[in-house]
Amino acid sequence: MFELIIIILLLAVFISLYRFLKAPTLSDRVVAFDTISIMIVSLLVILSLYYQRSFYLDIALVFGLIGFLTTTVFGRYIEKGI
Amino acid sequence: MLEYIGYLFILLGVLAFLVSAIGLIRMPDVFTRIHIATKTTTIGTILVLIGAMMSEPSWSLKLALIGFFILITNPLSSSVIARASK
Repeated sequence: MFELIIIILLLAVFISLYRFLKAPTLSDRVVAFDTISIMIVSLLVILSLYYQRSFYLDIALVFGLIGFLTTTVFGRYIEKGI
Repeated sequence: MLEYIGYLFILLGVLAFLVSAIGLIRMPDVFTRIHIATKTTTIGTILVLIGAMMSEPSWSLKLALIGFFILITNPLSSSVIARASK
């Protein structure tokens, strides 16, 4: 059951990664990166259920925080430059 | 019994992520891509967290914290990108 769920999630991650590599503009790349980072947060939650260890949840929280910070900084860079 | 309902919720959330990835390929414009990426990833994350809460009830506080954080920051980051790419 968990193997099927992880395979479907990794398929979604790889389709988004294709979008990230083949994007027409910079905004598309940032959107694809944001999508991948939220998918990785869910993947860490599923891995914590799979291995029955709870420290993956802390890693998921910090990863979500850093992904949000990266997206915000890139949005500011697109809008105003450095 | 509650575990299997939780697994069903996690499967629904992962299918929402698959819809999000296909929508990133298929949609014609930047703003429609931002729209589909934000909505489907928000509902997918909330469904995965609800399923994880059902199958492991002693971790509910941390999972609720992650869900609260996602619910705050995901519309905010989408708004920042949409305002920057006009």
